[in-house]
Amino acid sequence: MGKFQLITKGIIKENPTFVLLLGMCPTLATTTSAINGMSMGLATMFVLILSNIVISAIAAYIPDKVRIPSYIVVIATFVTLLQFIMQAYTPAVYETLGLFIPLIVVNCIVLGRAEAFANKNSVVDSALDGIGIGLGFTCSLTLLGLVREMLGSGSAFGFKFIEGDGILAFVLAPGAFLALAYLIVIFKKLTSKKAE
Amino acid sequence: MAVQSSFKNMSLCLLVICLVCSALLAGVYALTADPIANAAKAKNEAAIKEVLPETAVTIEEEKSITVDGQTYTYNRAFDDLGNTVGCAINVSALGFGGPIAIKVGFDVNGVIWNTKVLSQAETPGLGAKCVEAAFSEQFKGFNPVEKKLAVKKDGGDVDAITASTITSRAYAWGLAVAAKVFGEIVGTPMPLDAWTGATAN
Repeated sequence: MGKFQLITKGIIKENPTFVLLLGMCPTLATTTSAINGMSMGLATMFVLILSNIVISAIAAYIPDKVRIPSYIVVIATFVTLLQFIMQAYTPAVYETLGLFIPLIVVNCIVLGRAEAFANKNSVVDSALDGIGIGLGFTCSLTLLGLVREMLGSGSAFGFKFIEGDGILAFVLAPGAFLALAYLIVIFKKLTSKKAE
Repeated sequence: MAVQSSFKNMSLCLLVICLVCSALLAGVYALTADPIANAAKAKNEAAIKEVLPETAVTIEEEKSITVDGQTYTYNRAFDDLGNTVGCAINVSALGFGGPIAIKVGFDVNGVIWNTKVLSQAETPGLGAKCVEAAFSEQFKGFNPVEKKLAVKKDGGDVDAITASTITSRAYAWGLAVAAKVFGEIVGTPMPLDAWTGATAN
């Protein structure tokens, strides 16, 4: 597999949200608006790239039976570092996302990539995989957030284009499931055509 | 995997990973502790200035006062001549999704100058609208002695957010608490008719 494909496969073929259906908890919870979805995606991507790099570098020295706890400690460390740094230098972003940052630790995408990719591949490949999957996650979350924001609040990236409220249910939990389900349907339809 | 899963290897591996991670965290914590404290302080001061008249230039150190067994923190503010301009009081009210922390600014006459939500976890699109001007604007110049700090449904003078009575009620209740605290701070309890209604909440 070429280096370039390592990145693109994360966006379409192995899209974490629409194909692998990983990390549903932060996906459903944070995508109330496009900005929130994008910020969550970027924060996850940051952690994913770093954890992939470190885990692929140290995997050979970790006994098999304690690999999961070791990975979790590494991931949790990066998440906490991110939290400190955001709190200190971008307090405004931290305010909107603060609640969700600790969720990255238990995001199965991060541990999933450590388990399925980083511990078997080279540091460079793992970093690229992190970028690819991270980009895929960010794009899907932004898209889902955008759809929910447009239907639910009548705005896009915070800019209102209709008066009033829109269909409020889409900002709430049930709308998250509905919007996600329809996006998966559309995504499948588009990608399966390509394959034929 | 090259390393065997023996007890010694596993313990050693976890020990090293945890040591390195703790050291890293401690280091970054030490580096960011000051900026984090500064950011929190700047945010608090900005919020205080927002809820008080523009003439407030000097903000006093935070003080606390106990009213009805609850402790509240507040900051007094002075203008450039040293006259008291007003007082910003922190209150917390239980909304629909958890506590709503509100900063309430009073001028010297006990009239609410402005209010600001510091943190809230209300439902997006419903109760979360309490941070928007459309709702909070009505409290500018609200005199808690002349008007009643309760939603209209409860016989007060506060316009509730549509479909978010619990949030609106909590907000009005929080402001009524702040008014009572203000009375205690200045030493002359406010003649609050509204207060009796609010305690029933």
